[in-house]
Amino acid sequence: MRVRALIVRIIRQFIHDKRTLALLIIVPLVVLSLIYLVFDGDTYQPKIGAVQVPDPITQHLVEHHAEVTVYGSAEDAEQALAGREIDAIVRMDAGAPRVKLEGSDPSKNRAAMAVIQAAMQDLAVLQSRAGAVTLPAFEYLHGGPDMSAFDSLSPVLIGLFAFFFVFLIAGVSFLRERTSGTLERLLATPLRRWEIVAGYTAGFGLFTSLQAVLIAGYAVGALGSLMVGSFGYVLLIMLLLSLTALSLGTFLSAFADTEFQMIQFIPLVIVPQVFFSGLFDLENISPWLRWLSHVTPLKYGADALRDVMIRGEGWSAIAREVFILLGLALVFMAANVLALRKHRKI
Amino acid sequence: MSREQAACISVRGVTRKFGDKEVLHGITLTVRSGEIFGLLGPSGSGKTTLVKMLAGIDKATGGEIDVLGTRMPKLEMLSRIGYMAQSDALYAELTARENLAFFGPLYGLRGGRLKTRMREAMELVDLTAHLNRPVSAYSGGMKRRLSLAIALLHEPEVLILDEPTVGIDPVLRKSIWDELESLSRRGTTVIVTTHVMDEAGKCHRLGMLRGGRLIAEGTPEALKAASGAASIEEAFLHYGGVRA
Repeated sequence: MRVRALIVRIIRQFIHDKRTLALLIIVPLVVLSLIYLVFDGDTYQPKIGAVQVPDPITQHLVEHHAEVTVYGSAEDAEQALAGREIDAIVRMDAGAPRVKLEGSDPSKNRAAMAVIQAAMQDLAVLQSRAGAVTLPAFEYLHGGPDMSAFDSLSPVLIGLFAFFFVFLIAGVSFLRERTSGTLERLLATPLRRWEIVAGYTAGFGLFTSLQAVLIAGYAVGALGSLMVGSFGYVLLIMLLLSLTALSLGTFLSAFADTEFQMIQFIPLVIVPQVFFSGLFDLENISPWLRWLSHVTPLKYGADALRDVMIRGEGWSAIAREVFILLGLALVFMAANVLALRKHRKI
Repeated sequence: MSREQAACISVRGVTRKFGDKEVLHGITLTVRSGEIFGLLGPSGSGKTTLVKMLAGIDKATGGEIDVLGTRMPKLEMLSRIGYMAQSDALYAELTARENLAFFGPLYGLRGGRLKTRMREAMELVDLTAHLNRPVSAYSGGMKRRLSLAIALLHEPEVLILDEPTVGIDPVLRKSIWDELESLSRRGTTVIVTTHVMDEAGKCHRLGMLRGGRLIAEGTPEALKAASGAASIEEAFLHYGGVRA
């Protein structure tokens, strides 16, 4: 009954505060679209300058989608390279090709090198008159040759957005309850501490669930993110991730005195989680830092989302992550009930 | 009169420390059933700290507080107490009706009873015409009145009001005092904090607080007579150790 009153109030507050609702629902979709546009564009076509390169090489470079410019002299080519008009120069030096890269952008370096190597390989195959050089044949256990950067990032990103926006909004709302004096007023009513936490979790949970469904649905349905496994599992993980963010946000708000201090938790709590979430390859991270990844909820969520969306795994692969997320959410909620003791002992 | 006999609130040797700093030093006082008891003192004298403990939000570091014969703090007691905080604890984005509809069920009010009480409480503070306006559009005085309506909503046996009439115009202030008087006649015990001396004169009995100590307790007339003062203010100066 009392918890229901809290839930109804939170719903009404959201209805009156459309802007916050928009931040929770629309902003993640907009940001996700932007990232899609950035990462899902066509692969970069390197610009290559050729200086006295035999025609077959040039032809094969063009076949591999390089933009080739032929320069009459090495000086012209060097100038173009310095002016960043081209990414690499290919010239013949004693019969063997030599490549000079512009070098300041690793992704362009890689693209130029890949095209040049592919072109040379084609030539080598042709010259050996078929069969003398055997090229490896590639197969994929997961994913495929058409998998884009967005496909691999999207499980992490949808988890991150669900986490981040919920953390922020839930944290600030609960903090405002304290700074506006309404928390003290609530504690002057017979409302129990756990009822406050339960009401908040359920009331906010309605909106964060809506957000989780929308984000996941939009990424898979509209942006065509790779989705091999079951969408139901994706929703389950997303819901648990936002529940964890909700309980962590409200709990941490007990340690902030102002909205400004709540914002200060972002670099402290959110940013490290992004590093450990799988956006970056952490195979080579120092072991003494690796333990940190085991205490970040986002990592468990992102790992499970990847397993389902990219590798098509089922319950057995994600069960551990699901229970850990659930456990973390319960721990944060219990901690919040205890933290409210600061304001009323009973 | 029986109101002279029964103690509604009994405070015995209550101290309250925040860290190392003691802000209330051994307060002992009695509030009788059905009276309007005023806690008079300047800001920082410990009024709010004391009423929070009476309302069951805070716990005394030392000493005992009994409300309606029950040792505080006790969760079950909170539904028998109405509390109006010094700052207006309202949800600004919600309308007055939505605020009342939230707080009512927290005290177990629902359905037709909730509707009736909402109407009565809003009539009492003269806000019926503004029931559907968002609180963010309210003036300071209107917010005060809405806070009062919320405190009265569940018809508590004990009403604790922390500076209830700040920012309220004299006409409405009088009508609120008339209402407190009528609540008191019907048996509600009212505790009011104030720093306005002339308002203190309307209380049945007064406790004067200064620097975390109770410097005097009694009816306004008795306090004036005993100190030979013409006004409450002079009496306060007398008990505070300053000879006017």
